[in-house]
Amino acid sequence: MTNAGFGPDLVEVFGPSQSAGGPELVQLLTPEGERVHHNQFDKDFTAEELRGFYRDMILTRRIDTEATALQRHGELGIWAQLLGQEAAQIGCGRALRHQDYVFPTYREHGVAYCKGVDPLKLLGLFRGVDHGSWDPADNNFGLYTIVIGAQALHATGYAMGVQRDGAVGTGDPERDTAVVAHFGDGASSQGDVNEAFIFAASYNAPVVFFCQNNQWAISEPIERQSRIPLYQRALGFGFPGVRVDGNDVLATYAVTQAALQRARDGQGPTLVEAYTYRMGAHTTTDDPTRYRLNDDVENWKLKDPIARLEVYLRRNGLVDDEFIAEVKAEADELGHHLREGCKALPDPQPMDMFDHVYEEEPQELREQREGFAAYLESFEGAH
Amino acid sequence: MSKITLAKGLNMGLRKAMEDDPKVLVMGEDVGKLGGVFRITDGLQKDFGEDRVIDSPLAESGIVGTAIGMCLRGYRPVVEIQFDGFVYPAYDQIVCQVAKMHYRSKGRYKIPMVIRIPFGGGIGAVEHHSESPEAQFAHTPGLKVVACSNPIDGYWMIQQAIASDDPVIFLEPKRQYHADKAELDEDATPDPLFSSRVVRQGTDATVLAYGPTVKTALSAAEAAATEGRSLEVIDLRTLSPLDMDPVYDSVRRTGRVVVTHEAHVNLGLGSELAARITENCFYSMEAPVLRVGGMDTPYPASRIEEDYLPDLDRVLDAVDRAFDY
Repeated sequence: MTNAGFGPDLVEVFGPSQSAGGPELVQLLTPEGERVHHNQFDKDFTAEELRGFYRDMILTRRIDTEATALQRHGELGIWAQLLGQEAAQIGCGRALRHQDYVFPTYREHGVAYCKGVDPLKLLGLFRGVDHGSWDPADNNFGLYTIVIGAQALHATGYAMGVQRDGAVGTGDPERDTAVVAHFGDGASSQGDVNEAFIFAASYNAPVVFFCQNNQWAISEPIERQSRIPLYQRALGFGFPGVRVDGNDVLATYAVTQAALQRARDGQGPTLVEAYTYRMGAHTTTDDPTRYRLNDDVENWKLKDPIARLEVYLRRNGLVDDEFIAEVKAEADELGHHLREGCKALPDPQPMDMFDHVYEEEPQELREQREGFAAYLESFEGAH
Repeated sequence: MSKITLAKGLNMGLRKAMEDDPKVLVMGEDVGKLGGVFRITDGLQKDFGEDRVIDSPLAESGIVGTAIGMCLRGYRPVVEIQFDGFVYPAYDQIVCQVAKMHYRSKGRYKIPMVIRIPFGGGIGAVEHHSESPEAQFAHTPGLKVVACSNPIDGYWMIQQAIASDDPVIFLEPKRQYHADKAELDEDATPDPLFSSRVVRQGTDATVLAYGPTVKTALSAAEAAATEGRSLEVIDLRTLSPLDMDPVYDSVRRTGRVVVTHEAHVNLGLGSELAARITENCFYSMEAPVLRVGGMDTPYPASRIEEDYLPDLDRVLDAVDRAFDY
């Protein structure tokens, strides 16, 4: 490809290998577990906060491994794995305040956990007993969205509603509200995500677009989505974009917190690109060995978000074996809760399919419901 | 009482709904300063402000998708899709999101959204400006679909649709916007939103119509009367759910049915009506249900749209055929 004088080769700008994330990557904790500083997003963390991040990531990984195992045992029809993305999700999730509202895609198990959703409730959709059983109003955590990127618009519209409610820029930390739209690198290609960027910019909506760039949209690599780093797209829409090391929970927290505060203060949207890697498959039906190199996976293993924090915590005497054991015990308990709870999730009844199609049920649907009930009843006592 | 057009009736109805409920918003392309390309939202932004009458970017999926978010925050958005053929970029948001939010959330999400679509042909427009996509939405559980046909219904039905807690696709026959006037009695009690109505009584055959073809059907009935044939005309008004009882009652008396709509005949609403009438009125029928609609072609160039659209003669021809059985 030639550039015919239009500027640098985009492949050079983008880089043939993306594993390092480029010089723009915001990082506070290196893969080796060394604390580094950043001139814009630096932040001090207490020992308690750091231990909390560790615990959260261990538990989130356990949710994922247990659910994956449950799928292998036939208890779930499918599971969308988050292995490797724990820091991105905990860093974002812990930066949220109660009133902040999250619009997830279908992989935000760690964010759901941060928002107080019982992880067991995440399993229903994947087991096929419901489409999402948690009440979004309980934790301001929306239902999972399967159609890629559709929720970016819902988040933006919700944020426009927040504006109209006067819940931004008041200076009241209990009132000012930010909205988060989660999506992945693949969704960045969708029209809805781009339209959400336009609406958010146009109305200065208090929304943070949190893109977990895990490098793969099923088998399509990031190079098939974008010829520039994704965070740079924000500039074209007229708001800031930041690329953060999504395997660094400290940096993800710091960057997301700043973006959320910007939204709450009424300064408008931000795109956060959490640069990470999907260590597992897209879902449990996927076979990533067909489309990616083992070397890449091995390379990303060295950047593991939990391992690097554990190194840092141990090296600085912030945790001991007893704490690590406690967290492991808690994870075991969570695993037990998921295993036993999953099997106990009640199957829906055939007649449940008619519920909640409408707020006000039309007569014709009522007749269909009644007819089907009578049909089912006709079998009773037949055997 | 004053005489108003359909455009005025809709405008007055929107205004009334916005006055009655501060959570009602109007969103869409050009709905603000311009008052909409058909002027249906004329003057609303001036009186209710830019936060309630929202001029949007040119992105239909964006308009509907953000309106969903507004619903989740407790608002009642009325979305304008500028023309029928422009609804398709928003189709995914309407069919996958608007229609299913209530269901997937077990009723926790409410989507009290109205999606207004000027629909149908007869205005000499270029392509994508004259389509009748109602069957695509009527086929989608979770949506309700209505079509107004006259100024008085326009006034009442838009308010009722906004008051509905279910999402409503609200079809407006664009060629009727500025056509006929009618006297509005603002103190009257309107029929329920999801009800059909006999608009002309008759004894020999029943003509079913909605939106722009109601006028066609009434003209056909007028012409038939001069030839001694009495046609009953029913304005369906609600397309999903259908209100079939007045239809069955009529068909049992007349024994003959002609359905007319501008949409393509193949798998159009007429097919559903024919099936239901056959299931429910089989022993009363003197002839099969006959359908008069748009051809199964893309909407043609406007110089020949009058040949594509069902007109008085094609309706009467179908009535003749019904009598030939």
